Amino acid sequence: MSAATIVSLPDQSTARVPRMNFLTKENGLLSWLLTGDHKRIATLYLISITFFFFIGGALAGLIRLELLTPQTTLMAADTYNKVFTMHGVIMVFFFLVPSVPATIGNFLIPMMIGAKDLALPKVNLLSWYLYVIAGIMAIYTMAAGGVDTGWTFTTPLSTHYLNTHVISTGLAIFVAGFSSIFTGLNFIVTIHKMRCPGMTWFRLPLFVWSHYAASILMVLGTPVLAITLVLVVLERTVHIGVFDPAFGGDPLLFQHLFWFYSHPAVYIMILPGMGVISEVVSTFSRKRVFGYTAVAFSSVAIAVFGFFVWAHHMFIMGISNYAALIFSLLTMLVAVPSAIKIFNWAFTLYKGSITFETPMLYAFGFMGLFTIGGLTGVFLGTTGTDIHLTETYFIVAHFHFVMVGGMLMAFLSGIHFWWPKWTGRMYPEKLSQLAAVVTFIGFNFTFFPQFILGMLGMPRRYAAYPPEFQALNVFSTAGATILGVGYLLPILYLTWSLKYGAVAGNNPWQATGLEWQTQSPPLTENFPEIPIMDHEAYDYEWLEKQQEKEVASVG
Amino acid sequence: MSEQNIQHEEGHHIVSPATYLIILLALLVGTTLTVLASYFDLGEWRIAPGLTLFWNPVVALAIATGKMLLVVLFFMHVKYSTKLTKLTVFSGLFMFLVLVGMTLADYFTRAWGRW
Amino acid sequence: MSDSTAIASGAPAEAHHEHPPYQRHHFESVEQQFDATNFAMWLFLLTEVMFFGGLFTAYLIMRNWYYQAFVVGSHQLSIFWGTANTAVLICSSFTMAMSVWSAEVRRRKSLLVYLCLTLVFGLTFLGIKGIEWHEKWEKHHVPGMHYSVQSFVNPQSDPEVYKEYQDKPLAPDMAQKTEEYFFLYFAMTGMHALHMVIGVGILIFMIFRARAGAYTTGHVTFVENFGLYWHFVDIIWIYLFALLYLISRH
Repeated sequence: MSAATIVSLPDQSTARVPRMNFLTKENGLLSWLLTGDHKRIATLYLISITFFFFIGGALAGLIRLELLTPQTTLMAADTYNKVFTMHGVIMVFFFLVPSVPATIGNFLIPMMIGAKDLALPKVNLLSWYLYVIAGIMAIYTMAAGGVDTGWTFTTPLSTHYLNTHVISTGLAIFVAGFSSIFTGLNFIVTIHKMRCPGMTWFRLPLFVWSHYAASILMVLGTPVLAITLVLVVLERTVHIGVFDPAFGGDPLLFQHLFWFYSHPAVYIMILPGMGVISEVVSTFSRKRVFGYTAVAFSSVAIAVFGFFVWAHHMFIMGISNYAALIFSLLTMLVAVPSAIKIFNWAFTLYKGSITFETPMLYAFGFMGLFTIGGLTGVFLGTTGTDIHLTETYFIVAHFHFVMVGGMLMAFLSGIHFWWPKWTGRMYPEKLSQLAAVVTFIGFNFTFFPQFILGMLGMPRRYAAYPPEFQALNVFSTAGATILGVGYLLPILYLTWSLKYGAVAGNNPWQATGLEWQTQSPPLTENFPEIPIMDHEAYDYEWLEKQQEKEVASVG
Repeated sequence: MSEQNIQHEEGHHIVSPATYLIILLALLVGTTLTVLASYFDLGEWRIAPGLTLFWNPVVALAIATGKMLLVVLFFMHVKYSTKLTKLTVFSGLFMFLVLVGMTLADYFTRAWGRW
Repeated sequence: MSDSTAIASGAPAEAHHEHPPYQRHHFESVEQQFDATNFAMWLFLLTEVMFFGGLFTAYLIMRNWYYQAFVVGSHQLSIFWGTANTAVLICSSFTMAMSVWSAEVRRRKSLLVYLCLTLVFGLTFLGIKGIEWHEKWEKHHVPGMHYSVQSFVNPQSDPEVYKEYQDKPLAPDMAQKTEEYFFLYFAMTGMHALHMVIGVGILIFMIFRARAGAYTTGHVTFVENFGLYWHFVDIIWIYLFALLYLISRH
């Protein structure tokens, strides 16, 4: 690793964080709780999702501890069911779905398009309150004894045969769903109607395109989950419904409706992360993203095709062979746009001036791990192999590779990349690079053995397993400990940097993009006057000319 | 300010009360028709063995869809609105059809057996 | 108020950012605000389409599986009240469209009349729904609450309905499926009624604001967007009526 870096900080002896910024504009709790400022709301979200991430992470720790031994040593099997269910529910609905959009997306989208705020600031605040209310309901559920259906709430187990807190969890997710819907709705309106003069669709940063695609998924998919949860709650209360065969219902109807959302949900989770990677790869190769149009359209293609593949979660559940065939073919199609992105990022790197700051390390991790995770998805999309691999640890490994190795790394990449813009301060580079490497190593030790376990036949969601699987499970738990350290470090040093980090200045990464042309942290209204966009996205020559002008005008 | 002036300044088209009245009458006629139609057995179309299309629900849904289009185009002003609005309405209907259609496709093909 | 009139009449925006009091600061112009909020309401209606979509999917599958039960179950619904309700909602859509027109041409009294008429129609709809639901309750056709299949295994025990339709008795297992029909009936009409109640609440709020002249100074956004919501609720009922009431009356 060379010592080369593109970081360009102002002279630390004289630099100060600007006194007037969105954090200092108003003081007091109410100014935060009643804010319309998208940047403040993003900050509130960042704190909330970090809180839930650590609860979900603690639950993951409990899972891995239990799986150290083949018997149920640490907790009863029923308790184990509750632990993995809550881990899934919290990580999916309270961390991954809002992770990039509600934090980084909320913070950046108005700035990236040259607007003063999102189109509907009050709806944005409502979105956060709905998230908090849903979170409180989820915490209540855990305190009251939890739910053990698995995050997928398969019926009639969840409607008929279990006596745990299905209703309160279902309602919590219902509320969280509306939080997500309102965020997506806000983004779509903003991106369509609030772009500054000169900001045509094809001058938008690819980060905006990804969020636009994810928002379409949020708006069209999440309501179906909402009605499904309502029907589950009704069925549990009234003891009659459309999901229980005992009454004449069909369990597969639940699964169709549930996965109609939950498959696009995985694209809601990953697309914003891919947007981050586009920005980071471009900045740290000093090159415009290769094939801008292809990457932009591939985001929309993922969103559209993502709606047509949901039954690949149901191959063994009893759908007709013909349906399985169609859904399998469509699943193969949806892999193509994702692959296009990976190829385009690779071509962006080719002949670029690559440096290895922390955001770029996470981006490299993303590209490798997401590719592995995505390729294993092909085995799962093929009905023949899926019959053997589904409901085993292969699935668990597959989605953790794409969601944790992929999405979580993209989230951390984005947090580190925009941290200087958000707070005005730099994080400690060497320590953060160490944390990124530790995370990468820990991740691989944790989840790669799980592919092997799945191939060997270890089922998922089991507290006890045959003793021949123990060695790989111990290996996996050891990896999880390392991974935990990797996630703990950023919390510590990022908090430290708020007070002691170096002053960042406007554009420490010398990146293109409107957000880097204004102060760090930004003003409440983002720009002193609405900018006029007169250059293409990722225009490094334009940036050079700007810097020359600045140098020429000083003194 | 005269209506003419306002029509111009608004930048978007103001639908006249006369149009609304005509649409109202059309909707009420449609309602009468669809109720009447339910009292008659309109027969079926045997497309293939095991695949029959009954006309009653088709007619009921067709009339309902006609009424829906009148409300959407005129009461909701979609006929006079931007391409973006029209695209939005279309995509909503499309996604609804995907949900219903692809789910039903599974149910209808279950009886077809293995291969 | 002269500045707002100037802006509303299409005068070019001044460099010193004069704008009508109802224009929010993050918007550059009233047109942008109107466009954005209108688009936002359409997107919200898309979410509602998908929300009800789940119910329609469930309904279509259950109707396909248990057609006889659905036919016989639908005979328990009064075609008179159902048609009346459909006419009531259609008229309310007309008065709502006239409300939007009144706001656009700035006629405050006209706006108030049409909003009040819309409210009256909305309340009438809910009243009739109440009558229908009450009747279901009396006849033990509410799922999960002392549901009885008596009217279906022995149709002659229900003389009113039997006189009209002369249904054949259903086998016990198919008769039990009528409970699925009524589950969907209550779920769908209930969800629809909930949306009506919310609409009625907002209408009452709007009537007070309209009286104060809030919507007749050029700021028609709220009325127009609420109109979209109201028409959407009407459209849902148009389909519910066709699917729940008109399965087969011959």
